[in-house]
Amino acid sequence: MDFQFLFDNFFALTITGLVLGSVYALIALGYTMVYGVLQLINFAHSEVFMYGSFAATFTIMALGGSSQTSTVGAILMLVLALGAAMLASGGVALLVERVAYRPLLKRNAPKLVALISAIGMSFVLAEAMGLRDKITRFFGLDDNFREYVTRARNNLLFPDVVRPVRLFEVGGYHVTSLDVIIFSTAVLMMVAVDQFIRRSRLGRGIRSVAQDPESAALMGVNSTRVVQVTFLIGGLMAGAAAFLFVMKYGVTRYDIGFLLGVKAFTAAVLGGIGNLRGALLGGLVLGVAENYGSALFGNEWKDVVAFTLLVLILLFRPTGLLGEALGKARA
Amino acid sequence: MSTMKLGKVSGVMRSFGDRVNGLSKTTKIIATVLIAFFFYILPLLEPPLISTPGSDFGAVMFTVATYALVALGLNIVVGYAGLLDLGYVGFYAVGAYTVGVLTTYHAHWPFLLVVPVAVVAAMISGVILGAPTLRVRGDYLAIVTLGFGEIVRLIANNTAWLGEAGGINQIGKPPNVEMFEVPHLNWDSGTPLLDLNDKTTVVQFGISDQIPYYWLALTIVIIVLFADRLIKDSRVGRAWEATREDEDAAELMGVPTFRYKLLAFAMGAFIGGLSGALYATKTSFINPESFVLILSILFVAAVVVGGQGNRWGVIVGAALVAYLPERFRGFEEWRILVFGVALMILATYRPEGLLPPRRTVRARQLEAEIDALEEGLDEGSPA
Repeated sequence: MDFQFLFDNFFALTITGLVLGSVYALIALGYTMVYGVLQLINFAHSEVFMYGSFAATFTIMALGGSSQTSTVGAILMLVLALGAAMLASGGVALLVERVAYRPLLKRNAPKLVALISAIGMSFVLAEAMGLRDKITRFFGLDDNFREYVTRARNNLLFPDVVRPVRLFEVGGYHVTSLDVIIFSTAVLMMVAVDQFIRRSRLGRGIRSVAQDPESAALMGVNSTRVVQVTFLIGGLMAGAAAFLFVMKYGVTRYDIGFLLGVKAFTAAVLGGIGNLRGALLGGLVLGVAENYGSALFGNEWKDVVAFTLLVLILLFRPTGLLGEALGKARA
Repeated sequence: MSTMKLGKVSGVMRSFGDRVNGLSKTTKIIATVLIAFFFYILPLLEPPLISTPGSDFGAVMFTVATYALVALGLNIVVGYAGLLDLGYVGFYAVGAYTVGVLTTYHAHWPFLLVVPVAVVAAMISGVILGAPTLRVRGDYLAIVTLGFGEIVRLIANNTAWLGEAGGINQIGKPPNVEMFEVPHLNWDSGTPLLDLNDKTTVVQFGISDQIPYYWLALTIVIIVLFADRLIKDSRVGRAWEATREDEDAAELMGVPTFRYKLLAFAMGAFIGGLSGALYATKTSFINPESFVLILSILFVAAVVVGGQGNRWGVIVGAALVAYLPERFRGFEEWRILVFGVALMILATYRPEGLLPPRRTVRARQLEAEIDALEEGLDEGSPA
């Protein structure tokens, strides 16, 4: 175990951990909200994220962004890309709800079956992206979109429009503007969603369905609508996370959602599934713990550290760190 | 309307079940033996529509048999005890790696001696995983087991003692008992002809001919089927059922639910390890990439698609999950997409699986009967 390395790079590890952790947290929000309302693991949420990352990249490509783009132009493009990513992810999340969940919820199917249907949807979504070259050729459109669909199974690079500026130094680590943007965007969005759930009328509907679906229905809450809104919010946040992710790591792929999805779900459980603030805390803790773990044991043990942490938390505190259900949040 | 239709359908199913049960014992035994014999010679027959043009039919049948074995094991955990295990591939990997390590990598034990060790190792890993986690709530169990599956794979990937990413090759084979040769059938001319150039030696575990491995796997599947039936109908099987339906009630009735859940986990791990051992000896090469998470999900899909809780159902599910992608290799790139669509359609229209357990069918019949009574209609009731 390399303690010296951990101490030497303590601040760098903490800050990069927090940045990645805030992306985890945004994705975890989708898992935690759907779980809070339906008590189901939305297995297709990782694909919701993946579509957002592609939407952001395609938008910048369509706008012709490159390393030569002026600062103002770049900022404008990035804002548009963020919008596109959120729209795409929100749309895919609604599609998942409509196709993979609603027919089953109507029939009161067992939980496990909903999981299988979500797994099926996840395969379909990921493969559709991985086969986008074949699909466009099938419709005879591949000439129009060549740039977007070639080598569909390979990495897609995010155009180089972001130029991070070094802002200040903490313990030998130069914090860049990008780190600050990612962290603050994520936290702001989480706060906004938290306030929405706590204060708005729809938020009250969501909480009531999470608490007791039958009573909520008797009190006139439209549960289909509530479920839709839940998926939509989760999707929007996953889109934002996807945008931040490609901006920082500069690359995406059709199967990128899987590992990030598993990590985000881990973060959700870590913080206490169904709990929004728990998702934020869980994401940050996971991001930082992963970094410390990989410093101590070597990078290849990073994922083992994450999963072991999860198992330990569940053993000693099965409800997660904050362990509060969505329905119990005070108005 | 829909309940009446359901009533009719299940009425037909019941009459089929009754007809099977009504046969004399001798007939049943003869029929079972004939069916088993048919499955033994199936890869030699290579029937045109069923055979797989793109890949070796014997190898595909072996995959189907191992998936069936895995599905039977997972069915104990998911179907009987009602515990969602998303990391079943972990036990499969423990079995396979034990065989790899003991037959070639660090020792040269004979295969038949290693199999019991591999199975016990898988069982121990099941108990180690289960003892702390089975107290955790059901949904969390899914994610803990998922984590376990990944941890096993990553440990194999990062440990030099287990061959790291390169894996282990030249894994030991079962002993050969060469007795005679059997020819395959050849359908090229449209009618079946004996192909004397294409023979399988009984029983020689080579590299090119996969059929003997299929026979071995099929034999184990049949043994497990018998054991499964004995357990399901025993006190243990009833305890599982009670625990699954209502854990608190079962505990109050004096069922030590935790112990039975652990037993289910251990037995599932036992069978998982066994199939892992078979897989390792057949491919003679394993690496961490053979045990990715998606495999666990396919295993669960096999159980749910076929009908969790019904041993024949999960075998059908396993056969579909293993066989369909191989049969349609021509559409290789599209097969996962199609598989995903199939999963969704099945989940929506056959939520209990293709062959639901008889208990579910009975419950549905009863419901239809009650509905019919309540509405005062009696022509739709299957009574």
